[in-house]
Amino acid sequence: MKAAPFTVLWLQSGGCGGCTMSLLCAEAPDLAATLASANIRFLWHPTLSEETGDEAIALFEAVLSGAIRLDALCIEGALLRGPNGTGRFHMLAGTDTATIDWVRRLAAVAEHVVAVGTCAAYGGVTAAGVNPADACGLQYDGRRPGGALGAEFRARAGLPVINVAGCPTHPNWVTETLMLLSAGLLHGGDLDSYGRPRFYADHLVHHGCPRNEYYEYKASAEKMSDLGCMMEHLGCLGTQAHADCNTRLWNGEGSCTRGGHACINCTAPEFEEPGHAFIETPKIGGIPVGLPTDMPKAWFIALSSLAKAATPERLRRNAVSDHVVTPPAVRDIRKR
Amino acid sequence: MSDGTKRLVVGPFNRVEGDLEVRLDVADGAVKQAFVSSPLFRGFERILEGRDPRDALVIAPRICGICSVSQSHAAALALAALEGVVPTDNGRVATNLILATENVADHLTHFHVFFMPDFARAAYSDRPWFAEAERRFKASHGLSVREALATRTTLLHVMGLLAGRWPHTLALQPGGVAKGADARDKMRLLATLGSVRADLEARLYGAPLERVAALADAEELDIWRRTGPDGDFRLFLTITEDLDLAALGRADDRFLSYGAYPQEEGRLYAGGTFAAGRLGSVDPSAIAEDHSFARMEGREAPHHPFEGSTFPDGADETGYTWCKAPRLAGLPFETGAFARQVIAGQKLARDLAAKEGANVRSRVVGRLIETARTLIAMEGWVKALRPGEPWCAQGALPQAGRSFGLTEAARGALGHWMVVERGRIARYQIIAPTTWNFSPRDASGQPGPLETALVGAPVRQGEKTPLSVQHIVRSFDPCMVCTVH
Ligand code: SF4
Ligand code: SF4
Repeated sequence: MKAAPFTVLWLQSGGCGGCTMSLLCAEAPDLAATLASANIRFLWHPTLSEETGDEAIALFEAVLSGAIRLDALCIEGALLRGPNGTGRFHMLAGTDTATIDWVRRLAAVAEHVVAVGTCAAYGGVTAAGVNPADACGLQYDGRRPGGALGAEFRARAGLPVINVAGCPTHPNWVTETLMLLSAGLLHGGDLDSYGRPRFYADHLVHHGCPRNEYYEYKASAEKMSDLGCMMEHLGCLGTQAHADCNTRLWNGEGSCTRGGHACINCTAPEFEEPGHAFIETPKIGGIPVGLPTDMPKAWFIALSSLAKAATPERLRRNAVSDHVVTPPAVRDIRKR
Repeated sequence: MSDGTKRLVVGPFNRVEGDLEVRLDVADGAVKQAFVSSPLFRGFERILEGRDPRDALVIAPRICGICSVSQSHAAALALAALEGVVPTDNGRVATNLILATENVADHLTHFHVFFMPDFARAAYSDRPWFAEAERRFKASHGLSVREALATRTTLLHVMGLLAGRWPHTLALQPGGVAKGADARDKMRLLATLGSVRADLEARLYGAPLERVAALADAEELDIWRRTGPDGDFRLFLTITEDLDLAALGRADDRFLSYGAYPQEEGRLYAGGTFAAGRLGSVDPSAIAEDHSFARMEGREAPHHPFEGSTFPDGADETGYTWCKAPRLAGLPFETGAFARQVIAGQKLARDLAAKEGANVRSRVVGRLIETARTLIAMEGWVKALRPGEPWCAQGALPQAGRSFGLTEAARGALGHWMVVERGRIARYQIIAPTTWNFSPRDASGQPGPLETALVGAPVRQGEKTPLSVQHIVRSFDPCMVCTVH
């Protein structure tokens, strides 16, 4: 007899749908093959399912009544509490009930609850600025534990909300999380202090960035489209951002920094409010305020002035150009 | 509703982008009146206020995960106008490529993942084409659905190469793009586009893209249906004929496009309006949003977006949606790929517009024609990229000013209006394509295009979520997260 599938119900609330659009980019193997390999079945997904309207509602009711087992509830998008705590800024269409209420009820019957994307995890961009919709995450309100389900919430299997943060998420962060859950291989210790799966959050975006050589010599980009390191002037947070974006690439061979723009730390709570323009690096006395994770300030100052003094001409020139103007010299190795 | 009229509330509507609810008054087996509601409000326009204007490039794309590049482009255009900066040639061409990639990917997703699976529903099991429709288009399992997703994934490698990632890239800038392409990038881009072309010619069209782009009138389309090459396009035409989808979902046949893909000489798709068989130009000062039936404050009079506001009125009872009602010179307009192709003068689109107007069939045909035309143009753009020449012109932001950016998303006309004071965003208003298409009624009671298109849709005995309504709604390829942002 074939084992029962690992069932997933996916709902969207205050987000942009981008995590789903990203998920569809899963490749080698594609999404369907990846899920099939782990016997994961979507009971319903807003983009992929046939059922619409009353058929979809009947399915949600069957899950609530226990007639259909729910292994993972995936929520994409922030949860909206406004106006005035009613949740009416997002009524689940056709039900006259606030989506945040549906989510609370469904979370209570789910073995696992997965926040897909930074909105669902912490509120994300939907909670930015004056936060007009009073948006929050499933178990966080920005950096603060709480959110729609409360800090104490544990899904049936005992885990807190699993925060597959990212704006959007990399397709494989989501599929691998679901596969680990379905295999029973994801435990409390496998989540970091913000509830993110450590298999991708224990890395930094800086790892594998092709601009690392420029970083070492503090050869910095000064304007958009320059090749140099973007930390000093263009707001790059790659040295502090928890994600494997430069070792696990996007859309074939891309990443934010490979695309010529700063990492804005989209896997972190409150990334939406850096307190300065995203593409500027705030500095005090010429030293960036946000230093690389675990680097003491005195060291950074000493190292960067040394590095700057030693910057090869090649890097100095290429850093402020939009293509390689000075290639590395070709030397005959045997004659050295 | 004592006259036998029945009220149906339809939702959640899946296989559209975002959440949608449609209220229908049904009598004598047909829709008499429709009210379209966007039940999700996030308030991006307010979120943008008070920020550094350049932050619009980070925040605005996150309105929507399906057309984030279009949102980013509208913001970049508004910033460029404010800075008075003109993109470099390379920047313009690369921007076209990035935008076109998203639009083509959207058309592929719409046709295979959102629209066609409805014909693989059990309700059609008595139709002669059903077995084939089920084999190719069963939701998430159909052969063509899976193959189209693979093709889309390959296509989106253009984003990996030119924009870093998709969605939510920061690559588009007021002066061009953040990353240049070198010789090897050009070759990889050609390989990527070549592979997409081969997939579509083999499966979707069964013929060269050029033959699709050259379709000139309804008669040629009919010949394709009867004797054309086997492919998903022909299957669609077969189903369309059998179910008479050309008779379904007509609105006012007033079309709007801002024009897309600037080239050295003019745009690939010229902008304008098309109504009562005549071309016109778009006067941006004649655009205004009406709040009469939106759950928004500011109902006294319609506002031009430079004067517009977004203050939700949660207590309001007359409003039935968070979507405002945009009007051009006081009239609702339909926007999207069909509108764009009609205005750009593609012959088949013009002929369909003259003979049958916009309907379920012509909207889908418009997208499939545009997909072929756009891919052909993209191949030319790759060849026009010049490694070694500049990619991004630099400008400086003034402390105050106002400007707007108009572009085309896959779903049609998209505009951002920005007012800057003391170096910060003081006002930001967005009118998205689905806001035009799915707008509610306005002060004079004029329904939005979808509301009009749904009138007359047949409702079969016992149907709670009428299939005809689903076909009509999805023929617009709505994006609800953009609609109310
Ligand atoms: S650009 Fe950012 S991620 Fe790349 S080397 Fe510099 S700091 Fe690190
Ligand atoms: S590079 Fe940074 S901003 Fe880009 S996806 Fe990764 S974590 Fe997010």
